[in-house]
Amino acid sequence: MSSIAMEQRNVTISKKAKRSYFSMYRLRQLMWSIVRTILVIGICFVILYPLIVKFSVSIMEERDLYDITVRYVPKHFTLKNYQTAWTYMRYPEAFMNSVKLSLLTSLMQLISCTLVGYGFARFNFPLKNLLFGLVIAILVVPPQTIMIPLFLHFRFFDIFGIISALTGHTLNLLDSYWPFILLSATGMGLKNGLYIYIMRQHFRGAPKDLEEAAYIDGAGAFKTFYRVMLPGAIPMMVTVFLFSFVWQWTDTFYSTLFLQKLWVLPTALSSLVPNVSQAYSSAQLGIMVYLSPAYSSMLNNTGSILVIIPLIIIYLFTQRYFVESIERSGLTGM
Amino acid sequence: MNIKSKHRLTLEGKKAITGYMFIAPFLVGLFVFFIYPLIQSIIFSFHDLEVTATGYKLTYAGLNNFRRAFFVDPDFRRILVESITQMITDVPLIVMFSFFAATLLNQEFKGRAFARAVFFLPVILTSGVIVAIENSDMLLNMARSSFEEEATTGAAASVVQALELRRLLMQTRLDPRFIGYITGAIDNIYQVVTASGVQILVFLAGLQTISPSLYEAAIVEGATGWEKFWKITFPMISPLILVNVVYSIIDSFTRPTNQVMQMIMDAAFRQSSYGYSSAIAWVYFIAIMLILGIAVGIISRWVFYQE
Repeated sequence: MSSIAMEQRNVTISKKAKRSYFSMYRLRQLMWSIVRTILVIGICFVILYPLIVKFSVSIMEERDLYDITVRYVPKHFTLKNYQTAWTYMRYPEAFMNSVKLSLLTSLMQLISCTLVGYGFARFNFPLKNLLFGLVIAILVVPPQTIMIPLFLHFRFFDIFGIISALTGHTLNLLDSYWPFILLSATGMGLKNGLYIYIMRQHFRGAPKDLEEAAYIDGAGAFKTFYRVMLPGAIPMMVTVFLFSFVWQWTDTFYSTLFLQKLWVLPTALSSLVPNVSQAYSSAQLGIMVYLSPAYSSMLNNTGSILVIIPLIIIYLFTQRYFVESIERSGLTGM
Repeated sequence: MNIKSKHRLTLEGKKAITGYMFIAPFLVGLFVFFIYPLIQSIIFSFHDLEVTATGYKLTYAGLNNFRRAFFVDPDFRRILVESITQMITDVPLIVMFSFFAATLLNQEFKGRAFARAVFFLPVILTSGVIVAIENSDMLLNMARSSFEEEATTGAAASVVQALELRRLLMQTRLDPRFIGYITGAIDNIYQVVTASGVQILVFLAGLQTISPSLYEAAIVEGATGWEKFWKITFPMISPLILVNVVYSIIDSFTRPTNQVMQMIMDAAFRQSSYGYSSAIAWVYFIAIMLILGIAVGIISRWVFYQE
């Protein structure tokens, strides 16, 4: 009898304890989720804030900048900045050239990095580890180290003296797409070591059964590669393609190195303010006109918006390929 | 038949050849556009280079270019040291912040996908020309500093108050340099956040590969959250800390806003002193390699590999 009563009492005590434990637990969880929300919103704000400032400045008139009562929401709404930036960046031309350049390079890089990544993932050959180490080394060496030889290489282009023997002079490949094509096709473009690494990790993680079945059915290595392995690699390839497209789009290093006359967006944006001030100067019959810092920064912001709008549109639609890429790539599985 | 089979390759040999065929593009690129230019740039750094109509002319200059970098040029040493100290202060902040952000994003909450997309946005938007323009932009810097002022001195409702924090830390009698580091981190938050997009995702992917059974076992044994973090999460994620430190170091060294990078570009294309540009590029490269080596050496000592 007493033992039963004891048991009942124990049960009620434990129930009480449980309830208070749970309410404490709930409370802590609630507190944490509030703190977490504040933190996440705060960090998002830090990231998005410059974008908002850029946009709000780009639709203001210059006098709004000097007006203390104006913050973020312009008093004098105008699209004139966009007009100026559009004209002096020669936006349609720069846009088309950039699209061509980025598409070309990212397609070439995609092809070469996929092939090379597959080669490293699935075949054994002498010096493989050394060569793969060099893939990583390419990532580490800053491109500025080999900048001048590359520049001269393409300025006086020659293949073992064949071209100069045939035509009497070397080729000047600057201001054309050729340096980009050659570098991309050989996996030496911007951050290509990273893409090779990603593709290699992906292929290493792919199941071998399909491949073996294809070999047994008599398919050669290349046929197996594009009939069996490529379809499974498409999401990863989209990721590589997008990364290389986006990074090529804003790249200043190679575009200022190889292109002076060929007009692409990065060069257009960085020469926007000098161009505008030059145009004003020649309108003033040659008297040098300097733009006010506020106005030039306004133009820069407007130009930046024009450059990033295509990227934002791409990101809106393909966001998961960027974000999920690293999770799927097995990058973390070293 | 017998004679023929002697010349026939083994299966391994065949596979090796196919492998070489797959990596052929890379091999060509490696020699033509990497190793050859690399050697050339070493040679250039010991010469004065003049571009002529048909090619270029080298005149031997010995160690002059290096001497100029270290003893004549008034800026190089200062800029090199500055960019290295900048890197040393930034990288730990970036790695800590990205780890923190990854643990935040690893939890279930509403709008997680959106937050993840926003956290990754800087990888796409603050690259190349955008970051270069942003850096030289007066208005944006002003807006940013006024925003920081607001956050630090302004309304009582503001969450982060670096001034208050500074006073609080001063009372704890910590090293003032340490306090400066922490408050400096708050002032630098934008740079740190924008530089950690890729690292956040790497950590996030790592956190998701930790098997839940480890945590379950720890809970059964009565481990607290603190213990779970230091005994499970931290060791399991430590290889990725190494990866992210290496990535952040390289990223901070090769960013277009990096002053040494700009100096190398300027020396080559504004002043046309190609030899000098190659020389400082090499000095810089060797400095990077040293720092990377030291960092990897230190960190890989306590990295835990499960295998």
